[in-house]
Amino acid sequence: MNKSDTPTLAPQPGLPAPAASWHDRKGLVQIGLLAVLLLVPLAAYFLGHVYYVNLASRITLVAMAAVGLNLAIGYGGMVSFGHAAYFGLGGYVAGISAYHAFDFTPVIGWPVAIPGSDSMLAIWLAAILLCGLLALVIGAISLRTTGVYFIMITLAFAQMIYYFANSWPTYGGEDGLPIYLRNSLPVIDTNDALTFFLICFGGLVLSLALTSRIMKSRFGAALTMARLNDTRLATAGIAPYPIRLVAFVISAMITGLAGALYADLNGFVSPTMLSWHMSGELMVIVILGGVGRLYGPLAGAILFVMMETLLGGLTEYWQLFLGLVLLFVVLFAKHGVMGWLAGRERHE
Amino acid sequence: MTLLIEQLINGLQLGTMLFLMASGLTLVFGVMGLINLAHGSFYMVGAYATALVTATTGSFFIGLVAGLAAAAAVGALVELIVIRRLYHRPHLDQVLATFALILIFSEGTRWLFGSSPLWLNPPALLSGSVTLPGGLRYPIYRLMLIAVGVAVAVGMYFLITRTRLGMRIRAGESDREMIGALGVDIARLYTLVFAMGAALAGLAGALVGALQSVQVGMGEPVLILAFVVIVIGGIGSIKGALYGAILVGVVDTLGRVFLPLFFRQFMSPSEAAGVGSAIAAMLIYILMAVILAFKPKGLFAANE
Repeated sequence: MNKSDTPTLAPQPGLPAPAASWHDRKGLVQIGLLAVLLLVPLAAYFLGHVYYVNLASRITLVAMAAVGLNLAIGYGGMVSFGHAAYFGLGGYVAGISAYHAFDFTPVIGWPVAIPGSDSMLAIWLAAILLCGLLALVIGAISLRTTGVYFIMITLAFAQMIYYFANSWPTYGGEDGLPIYLRNSLPVIDTNDALTFFLICFGGLVLSLALTSRIMKSRFGAALTMARLNDTRLATAGIAPYPIRLVAFVISAMITGLAGALYADLNGFVSPTMLSWHMSGELMVIVILGGVGRLYGPLAGAILFVMMETLLGGLTEYWQLFLGLVLLFVVLFAKHGVMGWLAGRERHE
Repeated sequence: MTLLIEQLINGLQLGTMLFLMASGLTLVFGVMGLINLAHGSFYMVGAYATALVTATTGSFFIGLVAGLAAAAAVGALVELIVIRRLYHRPHLDQVLATFALILIFSEGTRWLFGSSPLWLNPPALLSGSVTLPGGLRYPIYRLMLIAVGVAVAVGMYFLITRTRLGMRIRAGESDREMIGALGVDIARLYTLVFAMGAALAGLAGALVGALQSVQVGMGEPVLILAFVVIVIGGIGSIKGALYGAILVGVVDTLGRVFLPLFFRQFMSPSEAAGVGSAIAAMLIYILMAVILAFKPKGLFAANE
């Protein structure tokens, strides 16, 4: 499959509409969302409210994880109920690597000695590669099935990893693994809340740009057709299975990188990051924002984390209200926040 | 040898309880095409109602009837208010709406009854143990659970193959529009089937609740095991749910006991316990992956 960009390709039915431009309402909403996400923590930082900077980092990373999931669910039509596996694996890569770097012990002693590292660059690379590998295995088995089977199998595989992390005592088991010192980058100070936020923000913008570019490429067109009508895609001489599998792997890589950063943000990783509630929350964020909308996950993450923070401050039982809102959105407001803010997608 | 037999019976007992959960799930999927994550909530409702009524009346059996009735009533209500809007929606919407229902049920229960578990003990009549042939002593209550599971399996077989309701259920599985055209009230049939599935889940919750504790979130691990069961058995197939449940119950139970013992042959005891329990926790998922690699639609695929 040719993954290169073809800018002369005319918009085709089924392709998502072109990304942000200044001229339409959707472009304004998209730029507005990014601007709010960037400016609010900047202002908070200079007013001395570090709490809000970390909150913005949380929104950014959850949004990034959901951008990854959106590639699978929204664009690829693969309803993965197990993306917590990649989110958590990314987190554990950061945690385990930092644990061994702290102890000066190797991660693996055999067949080759791999030392621990507290370098974010090494951790990101490892998280992306390992999540890609895991998704390749899970996807290769799960994508043989469709519909409800796919949903349940991705859920079951994620649970398998959850239970494994829960009962494997070396890295804390169900108590989780603390990261005592935030992992580092050359030159810049990752311990500074604003610097760390900007790293996360960079990650989110990159993953949005990557998704947009993928969906404008020939590969994206094939993925869209695999979702809409895989028989037609097969008739055109392109096998749907490898297309889906590659999209699934890229999706997991984005979510995994978000997970690695998320563990560093919290200074802690535990099986909670792998639990099916996490998978559910990521799906909820994608749906709240609007399925298959490039900026949907960002809108959904802002709404979700704000609800969690505001309602969670009012009542211990905030998930009851989350449930009611979600039920309402699914039953009556199918197009999500982005549908409401930016109008319906033209080609849907 | 006694250990093996004891664990086999334990596995069978887990399997029969999983069957109670899985048969409702698979029936709802087979007839209505609905994937219902909130099935674990009915398990919890059944256990809570049984624990509360048992505590007030002092009779486990009255409690059990109340638990069944409460789960069926809640199931019917949920079907009328939410679920029937979802039949024609994509699976993604069904997953999310029923996920929302889990949040509502779990947090609602926590709000009403608090986070601490309720106590529910098996009735005195069934609390002893008996000596099985071979000298193994085994709790009567657990044997009764197996008996209940078998009775439900036999009952469902007769319900589905020999009664008018069963005929309609089978007709609904193969052609919804047609049985509607023939004058069967589909909406009522769906509510009935859904409530029946909820009652079975409530029964499982009440019975298992007396062995473990009755608390918020108790339905979730069982729900996911039940998913594995119906994926292995073939979604929509009750026969598949039965075989899948017993397979999963036995493999899971034996794995948890014997894998740590197996690894102790060539590892230190603490390491063996860690590795053994970690792999045992993954065992049924590996089993599922292997089965799906050969039979992507499960062992007894329905609606082919």
